[in-house]
Amino acid sequence: MNRAPLLKDTDFRQRAPELGLKDNETETILEIQGRLPTECELGIFSAIWSEHCSYKSSRAWLSTLHTSGDVVIHGPGENAGVIDIGDNQAIAFKMESHNHPSFIEPYQGAATGVGGVLRDIFTMGARPIATLNALRFGDPEHPKTRHLLRGVVAGISGYGNSFGVPTVGGEVNFDPSYNGNILVNTMAVGLLDQDKIFLSAAAGVGNPLLYVGAATGKDGIHGASMASASFADDAEVKRPTVQVGDPFMGKVLCDASLALMRSGLVVAVQDMGAAGLTSSSVEMASKGRVGVKLNLDHVPQRASDMSAFEIMLSESQERMLVVLKAGTEEAALKVHADYALSTTVIREITDTNRLEVVQHGACYADIPVDALVNNAPLYHRPYTLKEPEAPFLCQALSAPQPPPLETLKALFGNLNLASKRWVFEQYDCLIRSQTLITPGGGDAAVVRIPEHNKAIALTSDCMPAYVFRDPEMGGMQAVVESWRNLIASGAKPLALTNNLNFANPEDPRIMGQIVGAIKGISQACTALNYPVVSGNVSLYNSTGDDPILPTPVIGGVGLIEDQSFVRGSALSEGQHLVLLGTTEGHLSGSRYLEQLGIKETAAPPPINLEAEQRNGYKVIELIRENHIQACHDVADGGVLLAIAEMCLGKGVGITLYPSFTGAEWFAEDQARYLLATNDLEGLTTALRSYDWQLLGRAEGDSLVLSEGDSVTINTLQEIFEHALPNYLR
Amino acid sequence: MQAAILSFPGSNREQDAEYALAHVGFSCQIVPSHSAADFSGVDVIVLPGGFSYGDYLRSGAIAAKLPIMHDVRRAAKAGRYVLGICNGFQILTESRLLPGALRMNTGQLFVCRSVKLNVARNDSAFSHLYQPNANLDIPVAHHNGNYFADPDTLEQLEAEERVIFRYGDNPNGSMHDIAGIRNSADNVLGMMPHPENAALAHHQSQDGLKLFASLAARIGS
Amino acid sequence: MTEYRIAVQVSLRPDILDPAGRAAEKSLQSMGFAARDARIGKTITLTLDAADAAEAEAKAEQMADQLLANPVMENCSITVTPRM
Repeated sequence: MNRAPLLKDTDFRQRAPELGLKDNETETILEIQGRLPTECELGIFSAIWSEHCSYKSSRAWLSTLHTSGDVVIHGPGENAGVIDIGDNQAIAFKMESHNHPSFIEPYQGAATGVGGVLRDIFTMGARPIATLNALRFGDPEHPKTRHLLRGVVAGISGYGNSFGVPTVGGEVNFDPSYNGNILVNTMAVGLLDQDKIFLSAAAGVGNPLLYVGAATGKDGIHGASMASASFADDAEVKRPTVQVGDPFMGKVLCDASLALMRSGLVVAVQDMGAAGLTSSSVEMASKGRVGVKLNLDHVPQRASDMSAFEIMLSESQERMLVVLKAGTEEAALKVHADYALSTTVIREITDTNRLEVVQHGACYADIPVDALVNNAPLYHRPYTLKEPEAPFLCQALSAPQPPPLETLKALFGNLNLASKRWVFEQYDCLIRSQTLITPGGGDAAVVRIPEHNKAIALTSDCMPAYVFRDPEMGGMQAVVESWRNLIASGAKPLALTNNLNFANPEDPRIMGQIVGAIKGISQACTALNYPVVSGNVSLYNSTGDDPILPTPVIGGVGLIEDQSFVRGSALSEGQHLVLLGTTEGHLSGSRYLEQLGIKETAAPPPINLEAEQRNGYKVIELIRENHIQACHDVADGGVLLAIAEMCLGKGVGITLYPSFTGAEWFAEDQARYLLATNDLEGLTTALRSYDWQLLGRAEGDSLVLSEGDSVTINTLQEIFEHALPNYLR
Repeated sequence: MQAAILSFPGSNREQDAEYALAHVGFSCQIVPSHSAADFSGVDVIVLPGGFSYGDYLRSGAIAAKLPIMHDVRRAAKAGRYVLGICNGFQILTESRLLPGALRMNTGQLFVCRSVKLNVARNDSAFSHLYQPNANLDIPVAHHNGNYFADPDTLEQLEAEERVIFRYGDNPNGSMHDIAGIRNSADNVLGMMPHPENAALAHHQSQDGLKLFASLAARIGS
Repeated sequence: MTEYRIAVQVSLRPDILDPAGRAAEKSLQSMGFAARDARIGKTITLTLDAADAAEAEAKAEQMADQLLANPVMENCSITVTPRM
């Protein structure tokens, strides 16, 4: 067979850096190939070795994470992590970022982000049952923020609603550090049987390789490299590479794929995500220790003049690769025909362990798969850890403290803490008819498992302001925050996925943030036996020289063994409210200081993992013994804000007993829960030997402080609900 | 009692409908839309929610042109019950089984929330178990739920008492607060809200259950 | 047979409120353009084989009538050009 022309040495030296390859990486390509590569081969190397696909800056550290445990069926390395929820059932879940594409084209960027992570789930054989989104935008007053917020939310809504998966929760936050680089992280969750899990390792020499789904176009070519580069000021010029999502095709692809998997014809499945056909075929071959031969003439194409390079690197959406059992092509095509889905055989599995790409009768790429994968660069990048500073406690606050209720009102008007109703009402949270706790109803979203009495709880969490101040403590905090949110909703936390969003790892200070955060996550996961089963790393999130706040988002999954354990956060008339946990008055990184305009970089609230375990396990027990009827973790904004949030649920007031100072009401000490009970005596008896404090009793229509100041719940509700709609008006 | 739930490519609330129908005693069969269907043994045909054909062109427009819709029309003529929910309602208007059209919400955003729904007529096969003028909590989840019809059609709908459900807090700009209408023979109902998502014990409201129970009672009697 | 390019321009009937058009208009005005009467529609373009322009136009009208536009709320206009 003829070989496509090799690049000239000068062209090679010029193209390689354009595709994001470093000098040492360029030399390795020459060594592996023993010659100059073709253009297509160069494209394949650059994609597989991109930060996005190879995790070359973070891999060494990711391997230190706690990834095992009784519930783990598949940890990191597959399309999604899989955990045991009993009854031969399992949950597959994963979080993925689509940060750069969403900044360039918010609607399509966010939509294709949702589509991509949903494919990760159903390629495992799981039926998607929920998604969540962790979104971070720039300063609300930045000229682009409104446009980006509207576009991203519409894109998520447009894809998820049409696909037919409930969007049940997430976060929306604002900070100027994201002005030129928003974060769009989507977590998808699927349900499957433990004996029907599909993996991506190809097997069976001679087995046909099937291309399923949408045709390949020129969209998104080299998105993986784009995701691995910083934004220059010309970010908008990069628009042509953005992919377009087709939720209709996505849903058909999901239904048809699950049907094909049920049919017993499938050996392995892989979604075509970042770096499209390249990464999917390389991954299948590498995991199965086989070779793959692709005939690009059989790949459905949307444009007539596509080069091998373009076809291999296109990130057109809604496509999958499937390895079939030999001789089952006809049967498989028939299954797909029922769904009016286009399917083509694009060749086969070989025993050569090589990736061979053929187009128009010529060989465009011939690369040894093991060498390609095993030689993927691995960097131990230099890092400097931030020296921890001293804490900032209430007593140290010299600035005048406004009356607490004034601060409370101001915080409810802050877009970071105000109601996100404008966002979540655009998401169909009810489809599938199993949603028990909808957005705003509790600390975690809760989705029922049909035909069982159990449910799962889902949450996403991160406090970048803490991570910035102390990456290790902040990484720990994200984990314990998600752990607490699951517990407060009635669940036993099982496992987590993460999306580690950082700036340029080549800057030792940023690398220090990455290392610190991973250390913190690892410590918390180990202590809480709350393993990491999947994840994603997104680096180079900055605009020019301004890095984003380090944002390691944690997506947690917990199991509620019995629906009667589900707890919302709404307080009911007559209930007593108890604070479990210790308040020392930590203010650094708090919403309170932000509101007062006080700039500081002191140590964030410390995490005491023993206290977290002690209080967390106690709350799990209290819920199962029905000592508490509603529960809410104390997060950013502190105790008073958390109390007010509980009041808003059913519009009930509360009379508070403690005589906290202004700042104490808003301190952000960790390991604290608000417990609402109908039976105060029972609860306090159960809490003997715990640090707790009676806060008040739910009654009337106002929140009343012990010194007599009060505000009506109606007033708070209006501020809380109107802030975001008014901002977007 | 037999219910046939049509599944168009892009339909996504087939199972939600099935849970609610099964709860009041229907045996349900999900019928793919790609081939002709025999509805002779079927008591009610349900066109479920979703985004048939991606809602491309107009919501429900492409599904309405499928051959299976001829079978639905024939079955409706023969007196079988037809219930179109959300995208199903859009398909019923696009196929002219019900008058009017569903436009984009005036707020231009998808809206998913519980709305106040008033039972404007409780003399329908679909609503006879509700108290007259009952107020229900039932969720909506749509982008194109804004009911539109020309003045003559609206007048006729009102004169013939064919508006069965009206919004108490109109979420989409629908004319006359219309949330659900029937045909003059009272065997075809289209509505935007999702009674199937407010029907089961674990739902936040069970106010939609009586719609399915009304049908079951009428068919069973 | 000749190849014809068909463009079906679908717009909301003029008596029907177009909130999206109004939003675009308001935005244009706030940007300083003296824009008015903004309406948002859509164009469907396709290729069709027909004996002559009249047949192409007749077929295009049927397509518009039966699928591409909903006469309850939409108008449409059709342009037919032979493909060079």
